[in-house]
Amino acid sequence: MTETPVVSVRDLRVYYGTPRGTVRAVDRVSLDIGEGEVLGLVGESGCGKSTLGRGILGLLPEGAASDGEVLYSGKNLVGMNAKELRRLRGPDLGMIFQEPMTRLNPVMRIEDHFREALEQHEPKLTDREVRTRSLETLGHMGIPPTRFRQYPHEFSGGMRQRIMIALALVLRPRLLVADEPTTSLDVIVEAQILAILSDLRRNFGTALLLITHNLGIVAEACDRVAVMYAGKIAEEGDARDVFGDPAHPYTRELLRSTISLETDALHSIPGAPPNLIDPPKGCRFHPRCPSAMAVCAVQDPIEQRLDGGRRVLCWLHGPDELIPDGGRDLLEREEIAIAEEA
Amino acid sequence: MPGDVLVSIRGLKTYYAIRGSFASRILGREAGHVRAVDDVTLELHRGEVLGLVGESGSGKTTLGRTILGLVSATEGSVEFEGREITKMSERQLRPLRREMQIVFQDPHASLNPAMTVQQLVEHPLQIHKLGSAAERKSRVEETLAIVGLDPPEQFMDKYPSDLSGGQKQRVVIARAIILNPVLLVADEPVSMLDMSVRAKILELMLYLKRQLNLTYLYITHDLATAKFFCDRIAILYLGRIVEIGPSEAIYADAKHPYTRALLRAIPDPDPRRAVPRDLPPGEVPDAASPPLGCSFHPRCPLAFEVCGWESRDLRDLLEARWALQAQEDYEAEQALMGDLAALDEPATNVRLKAGAGKTGADIIALLDSIRGEAPDAPFWKGVRRIAADGQHADVEWYEPIAPRPLEQGDSTVECHLYDGEALAEAERRRGETAPMPTGIRPQSDT
Repeated sequence: MTETPVVSVRDLRVYYGTPRGTVRAVDRVSLDIGEGEVLGLVGESGCGKSTLGRGILGLLPEGAASDGEVLYSGKNLVGMNAKELRRLRGPDLGMIFQEPMTRLNPVMRIEDHFREALEQHEPKLTDREVRTRSLETLGHMGIPPTRFRQYPHEFSGGMRQRIMIALALVLRPRLLVADEPTTSLDVIVEAQILAILSDLRRNFGTALLLITHNLGIVAEACDRVAVMYAGKIAEEGDARDVFGDPAHPYTRELLRSTISLETDALHSIPGAPPNLIDPPKGCRFHPRCPSAMAVCAVQDPIEQRLDGGRRVLCWLHGPDELIPDGGRDLLEREEIAIAEEA
Repeated sequence: MPGDVLVSIRGLKTYYAIRGSFASRILGREAGHVRAVDDVTLELHRGEVLGLVGESGSGKTTLGRTILGLVSATEGSVEFEGREITKMSERQLRPLRREMQIVFQDPHASLNPAMTVQQLVEHPLQIHKLGSAAERKSRVEETLAIVGLDPPEQFMDKYPSDLSGGQKQRVVIARAIILNPVLLVADEPVSMLDMSVRAKILELMLYLKRQLNLTYLYITHDLATAKFFCDRIAILYLGRIVEIGPSEAIYADAKHPYTRALLRAIPDPDPRRAVPRDLPPGEVPDAASPPLGCSFHPRCPLAFEVCGWESRDLRDLLEARWALQAQEDYEAEQALMGDLAALDEPATNVRLKAGAGKTGADIIALLDSIRGEAPDAPFWKGVRRIAADGQHADVEWYEPIAPRPLEQGDSTVECHLYDGEALAEAERRRGETAPMPTGIRPQSDT
């Protein structure tokens, strides 16, 4: 990327302490998101994608520890004190959650939600300006001004999600993290919301991290995509390149198992994602990988850069000099019993 | 191939009463009904997989539950193997429940976290008092093996929290098939699962169907998984079947504009595809007060004169416009239109009172200019007459015709586009030259 990214994540780690051991939910992840860019983050449940999204915004729960860097406007958000971080939230960093039903206050009018957000972060605005800004943003989301004084329960699920998006956007954040924003919505409404999100870059110049388990959504709405597996980014690059010609076997298998109208045969990935307390040695995907080689089971893969700004974490792409003799032999694996499958 | 009729549904209606205020309940006033299932007629053949596809609020889940007798029908009949079940008491239904089982959407919520896999899967046998303890145990083991939880010993003593999502759904399926049912209602069985697991559960269900001679009612919002799974598909919209036919016909040649929209909205990982932009606006309307005529007409790109245009559509039109306007423009237009409450009651004839200092002619001028911006919007086809009367403007729409089921090839569809009579009536009404002193005339281009 030529311009400076809005946010640069470097070697971010997020660990949770649990009674069973330490969960390494995000393990040395690096990524950049530029202005007006939509980066899709995909993976199965439990791969750490939501934790990564929250980790970037410093929204981690008690009991989570993080280190590494999240660089935003020259400042590292990791380890920043709560007060400073709170000041950034809203006008700089925004988040859209999965369940719009539970995120709006049921006894507050829509108007009051917007008033509160704007008064908190931009106290200098007049009443008229607050109203204009709110209505304008809601209008972009297709919510008419006539409904400004209604309560959340008077809106449908899709409209509530639009209101949530408007509420995040009214503060004009430079970086927005949307965590499965369409998962609980119907297909047509989902497509409507995706159209809105993919227009954000044009209308607001916002950098957007779109977290989802649905590859179809990423292909349609994102510029770039990062595929996450067991706490690490397996592959990252231009969405068209990655989906058109996946470099990582996990990306390939995930694409094959996605059921769309074009699918002509059912396919699934054997086995289940590993637990992140005690992940497999070497490449974390090797027990499920149809292309696994001897080296994959013993040595951690090293990130490789490919053409077109793509990077991949897989021994198939080298570096050759580090693969020992016989390391390229196909890994002999026991058949994965259905019992072990997800 | 499908055999004889297993379930026969005729004119089925399931309405839920809306709880009004405390006062209205004391006074016995009705607050109205949500028409979750509104006049559905359907046959389910032995050995087939029938998909019930629709968005939330389409009534698909209620229909599935009414068929199982879990929700009582308001009207109509459901015959299961020739026995009418809508009038049965819970006591009469109980033995029948062995033959019809349900798999719920969320495997995490449908398993009691305090029970082991063995207890969970054995539970139906205990409820129906079948077999000795030893017999039950061996039946549980057998069933776990069938659903792929093999070897069973490895799972018997586990709790749901020890299992992955896919494994939990296998347990739910084991519990559903242990009584050897004939009919299995699967309500979104894979939508809570990861993509990498969905195919496995669908394959398991197809395997079980062959092994155990099951008949499935597959309830889903996802036409992509239904394509793999269903022999026939029924598309539901606001409690009615708008299209039903063999899967091949639905996917290759969908008739109803709603079915076509659903198909277009499915996200596809093909990187050459962009977000579809030409989708129906809005969402599924409130089933307590459905649109007049065809329920889909407010969102339909092809709707015409007789589809049910009415007052609330004018409100939607104005609101959609105002959402995109600058505040001054919107405020001016809102002041002119006055109180929109006149548009909230469904009617094909409304009298609008212009705001202070304005006249009916001003309203007409505004409507004319809105029409000028998008003269092809289906809404305008439905407008029969607009006239000014001093401070008022009267808007009249054509009377709607209720859609009826029409055979189209192998499918049946409820849509006026395929109804020769409705098309002819629309034509006739277009030709009507009602005297219109001013305002918008119906298009006469055909």
